[in-house]
This record gives sequence, C-alpha cells and structure tokens, in this order.
Amino acid sequence: MADVESGEVLEPQSRHVVYCGVCTMPPEYCEYGGTVKKCQEWLEKNHPDMYIRIWSPEALAAATASLSIEAQKRAAKDAQKKAAKAEAAEKKEADKIAHSIVTIKRIERNKRKYVTSVSGLEAFGYELKKVAKDFGKKFATGSSVTKVPSGGEEIVVQGDVSDEIEEFILEKYKDVPEDNIEFVDDKKAKKAAAAAAGGS
Amino acid sequence: MFKKDLTPSPKQKLKSSIQRSLRQNLLSTYPLLTPYIDEVLPKKSSLLSMKLQGVERATLYIIDDSTPLFYEVDKADVPLLPHLKLVHRFPQAFPTIRIDRGAIRFVLSGATLMAPGLTSAGGRLPDPKEGPERAEDGHWTRELKKGEPVVVMAEGKEEACAVGMLVAGTEEVKKNGKGPVVEDAHYLGDGLWKLNTE
Repeated sequence: MADVESGEVLEPQSRHVVYCGVCTMPPEYCEYGGTVKKCQEWLEKNHPDMYIRIWSPEALAAATASLSIEAQKRAAKDAQKKAAKAEAAEKKEADKIAHSIVTIKRIERNKRKYVTSVSGLEAFGYELKKVAKDFGKKFATGSSVTKVPSGGEEIVVQGDVSDEIEEFILEKYKDVPEDNIEFVDDKKAKKAAAAAAGGS
Repeated sequence: MFKKDLTPSPKQKLKSSIQRSLRQNLLSTYPLLTPYIDEVLPKKSSLLSMKLQGVERATLYIIDDSTPLFYEVDKADVPLLPHLKLVHRFPQAFPTIRIDRGAIRFVLSGATLMAPGLTSAGGRLPDPKEGPERAEDGHWTRELKKGEPVVVMAEGKEEACAVGMLVAGTEEVKKNGKGPVVEDAHYLGDGLWKLNTE
C-alpha cells in the first residue's frame, strides 16, 4: 500500500486510502476512536509500514510536542475516558449476545400443517427482513417478518422446518451459539386454547 | 448533523436528467473537480440516491452501488457537500482549512469548529496571494466566503477529518479570532461515515 501518499502529486487517478479495519477511519485518526489498542494491533498486522510511521515513539513524540503539557494531559484523560466507554459498550454487547436466546417454535396451524416461527435473531444484530428472505430461499416456502402482540418481531416460515432451520442458522449465522437456540412445540397450547374456545 | 447513527434505507436510481443537472451543480460548486469529473461520475454508471433521516433530511448520492459521493441537505443555501471518502480520493479538488492538533478531538466528536483552532500556530487559513488556488504548502490562496463549502484538514495528518459549510468568512475569522466557523459538519466516525451503503 505504498500508493497512499502519492496523492499529493497531481495525477488523474484517484487515491486509494487505507481505512482501519476496526474503527473504519484512516489509521492516523485511530487515536481518537476509542478502540486504540485494537486498531494498533490491526494496523501492525495488516500494514506494518504504516504502523511504524504512525505509532513509533519518534512519531508520537513529534506529534505531541506541539501541544502544551496541560493540553496533553487533558487529551490523554479524554482518550482514556473514551476507551473505557468503548470497552464497556463492547462488554455490554457481548453480554447481551451471551444471554439472548433464539426461539424456534413449531406452531400447529391445522392438523398436520405447521408454521415455524423464529424469534430473537435481532439480538445478534441481524436484519430480520433479510434473514426472512434467506429462509424463504433456502426452504422454498413463504417466509415473512410479523409483529408479535407482545411487541417486537419474529420470522414466520411456512411448513415444519424446525430441525433444518436450526442447522441453517448455525451454519449461516455464526454469531449464534448452539446452546442459545431453544425449541418450543406449540401444539398443546394451541389445542388447549382451541378446546377452551370450543368449550365456552 | 449526523451525530446519531443512520439506518440504511432503500436506494433509488436517478433519472439521467437529474444526473446531468447534478453534474452541472457539482462543477459549478467545485470547479477544481473538473479534471476528475469523469472519474467521479463516469458517464455510463448510474447514480443512486438514498434518503437519510437524521436531525435534518438529507440525500446521499451513491455511485457504483456502494461508493458514496455527495450529500445534499434539504435546506436552502446549503451547497452540495462531498462525502469524506470522496475527499480522501480527490483532496486537491476542494478548498481546505486546517485546524491545530488540540482541536481534532473536539471536531471528531461533533463539536462546532471554532476560530481559535484555526488561528493558532497549528491552524491554517487561506493566505491570499498570486498563483494557483492551492499553494504548494497546502494553503488556499483565496479568502473563502461565508456559505462556501470547506474541507477541514488537521495538523500532522494527511487525510481530511471533516467537511462542512463556513458560517463565517475566513477574513472575518482572522479579524475576530473567535466564534464558530464551521457548524454541523460531516466528520470522521459520524453517522454518515459509518452508514452502510451496500
């Protein structure tokens, strides 16, 4: 990636700028992103030459020399605060993922006819609409996102695909751990409800 | 302007007539972009637009399915502004000012750019003199007026860190030495920057 600096010369081609794979900003701005540690690791691995240019002790010293000591202190404090914040946010996110459960529900619609509902995938950061489309493609059935009365949304797939859908989720959506998938068979509840409705 | 994260919305293809007028608009706002216009907006590729729902309504123009180019705020008197990724590709095509090191972190958290960050030793304001609009040392040789779009560079960095519209002319900034200079800028790491345009 030596062409990064060539932009100063007037040439018809556009420049290609390297962006940090962690915080998406140009690497020289990583220090303001809050994920400095990770950015450094990433840069060292992927663009060692840039890493040396930006994070070598000489470069850092030159960069901070122009600031007054007081300003330096303030900046350092600010950076620390930001890093802590980013870390906390990440931890929270990881926690959330660890505790979220994907529920696969087989619902009896009519004797021997079923629909499969999947809820909880949104907690892993997937877009339900896209996932629903994928399910539909995979199983060649209708698949849609519907609102649940208790708020939130779930994916409803036509037909009983509960076993296959688990495999598919594990294969395609790697963020979902196997232990976090839960099966529910909604047959009895429906029957009881139907009986209750019939009885009254 | 894009402090909050934006959610991607469906992209729409633009009519070729609108594309043409946009091209005109672009060239009149950024005459220096003329040599590169065919690279920025190749004649054959189709331009897409995406409506953004931020604090204010804005439209982002995207080319080749995922390369963001410009955004336009739905407000009178605001020029077409380039997306930072475009600025990084063609830094020489946009008028620039530079802020000192101390101001970077404030700008990158969305603060209004204030005059002291520009008038101090590390900052850089246009330096009127003869010659090409962009001097060798990166100074701009023409005073910029209020309402003009400007790219904000940073001391000790190669890439631009923000882009916005001047709310005070550069001459005024030099004279007063205080007050806001660029408000509501698009900066590195904001919602527009992080927006997934795929």
